[in-house]
Amino acid sequence: MNGVATMEETRIQRHLRAPQRGFGLMVLGIPAMIAGFWFVSVLSMITGLLGIVLFPSAVKWLRRELDGHRARVARWTGVEIERPYLPDPEREPGFSGEVKWFGARLSDPATWRDALWAILDPIVVMFTGALAFWLVLNGLWGYCLAAFAGDLIADAGGTTWYAAVPVDAGYGEGIMPRSATLVIATLSLAAGFMVGPKALDAYGRWTRTLLGPTEKSRLALRVRHLTETRSEAVDASAAELRRIERDLHDGAQARLVAMGMTLGAIEHLLEKDPAKARLLLAETREASAKALHELRDLVRGIHPPVLADRGVADAVRALALDHPLDVEVTADLPGRPDAPVESAAYFAVSELLANASKHAEADRVWIDLRHEHGMLRITVTDDGHGGASLDGGTGLRGLERRIATFDGVLALNSPAGGPTIVTLELPCALSSPKTSLS
Amino acid sequence: MRVVLAEDLALLREGLVSLLEAHGLTIAAAVDNGPALLKALLDHRPDVAVVDVRLPPSFTDEGLQAALAARREVPGLPVLVLSQYVEQLYARELLADGGGGIGYLLKDRVFDAAQFVDAVRRVAGGGTAMDPEVISRLVARGARDEPLGRLTPREREVLELMAQGRSNASIAQRLVVTERAVTKHTANIFMKLDLPVTADGNRRVLAVLAYLNR
Repeated sequence: MNGVATMEETRIQRHLRAPQRGFGLMVLGIPAMIAGFWFVSVLSMITGLLGIVLFPSAVKWLRRELDGHRARVARWTGVEIERPYLPDPEREPGFSGEVKWFGARLSDPATWRDALWAILDPIVVMFTGALAFWLVLNGLWGYCLAAFAGDLIADAGGTTWYAAVPVDAGYGEGIMPRSATLVIATLSLAAGFMVGPKALDAYGRWTRTLLGPTEKSRLALRVRHLTETRSEAVDASAAELRRIERDLHDGAQARLVAMGMTLGAIEHLLEKDPAKARLLLAETREASAKALHELRDLVRGIHPPVLADRGVADAVRALALDHPLDVEVTADLPGRPDAPVESAAYFAVSELLANASKHAEADRVWIDLRHEHGMLRITVTDDGHGGASLDGGTGLRGLERRIATFDGVLALNSPAGGPTIVTLELPCALSSPKTSLS
Repeated sequence: MRVVLAEDLALLREGLVSLLEAHGLTIAAAVDNGPALLKALLDHRPDVAVVDVRLPPSFTDEGLQAALAARREVPGLPVLVLSQYVEQLYARELLADGGGGIGYLLKDRVFDAAQFVDAVRRVAGGGTAMDPEVISRLVARGARDEPLGRLTPREREVLELMAQGRSNASIAQRLVVTERAVTKHTANIFMKLDLPVTADGNRRVLAVLAYLNR
């Protein structure tokens, strides 16, 4: 995400951009601050009707502003901050529903932490995020003083101080005050650019402390995620069972019934018309071969034999061998993931391969499987025309949901003109490889 | 001709035993699991092994692994692998040592007893018997590219039958043409694919398979 973009910057770029970013965070944080103060004012009226009426909109406003600020902080400081809010209870109609919703918002610690942040941030940002900006500004002001502003002030009879240098009637006389100003200005400027990234990082961490989730809200969010993915997984497996049932019913089962009937007919014909019986026997054999063929295809769709035998790396290799496109597979898996993860990974790759030939019109595909940092990481790259999106009807959204059951994530990079790179990450442990027979 | 047979389903094992015996082959041993298969292959050194891919105790590709292990000990030991599925990956592994005497067929092929026994004998003689399904997928995949795409449909048909391990006579019979016509087709195929012409039937099959498996 944006963290990656920050990482791709060179160190020098990071230092040079820090002051303006700090300034941006300070200025763009102002609406959030106003929303925060409004929220606190509404809270102070909460015992009255007006406070109660205004409360929901005040919460919404504050949250909207802070969502924007979290995104800005992530973009400019590289500190990612998750949304901490507890899921709202189901919206029930009527007064009691309203009360419940109200109570939920009011008792969500994140609501209070938001307000605290909005009140404290105007002070904190000065000494963290915007520090570099102030130092740079101070440096520039020093140059201005030395160049012309000092003389202007002196001529007008004013007095001021630049750090320890007095700017008054005597400023223009002698070289000392002016060179001291220049030295201090340069030091200030340099310090501004030096501390920039550190200051931004401190600001990011301060913001995360209050605007990020607490342990409790993290758990609540996790429960919600699990509930969602579980019900999706249950739906998906029910649909899959229905499909298998239908395939068996219309396919192999029907053929076996037909074969039984033909065998009955053959029994009758054996004496009367052996030639006809022989013909029917050949037909029956044909039908049994067809039934087997259908069962084979069905089983392949449920759990491919190579996947069961060898695991996901060889199963993907087998998939590549059968695929009409030029598919290159590299794999570095010292063991096997759990069977459900393996199966999810396999079918995800199979779907991505189908996408590459169907939607991207690719000629070549590269698949890489490896296990790093407790993650099964699969990268599928094709040389097609790119421009794929999660909601582009390519089924990527469904794929993302299916691997979410395993806490897996999908990242898509598909600029128009290609190439398309899809990366899947599934957290899993590897079991030690099966001890070979030989 | 002595056969070692490995198949875990008792019904199918007995069926295969009686089928092979009815066609005059001797069953040296009929086993039902991977470790026993490896032992039987090394003890009996049969003329040919007929092996189911999936065997206990792990119910994975144990049969295939045992057959490959035995071939490492006894190079060229003829093995005919039977499976509910044919996988190009497994076909490649079986053919990898280039030694011949390899068969890889779907279990359904047992339905046609005469053809099946013919395949067993062919493998025992150092020949090759690849399932039409493996070959047709191989050829379909390669057909998008030159030079395989330059073959005429008839030549491609001959190529597929050749890759399955059939002799010219058998191909001629199958396509209802004369053997001379088949010889002409094969000469054309070898020319178009730029393969060295060889009179030896088995070397010819292996060359074609190696070409398709590039």
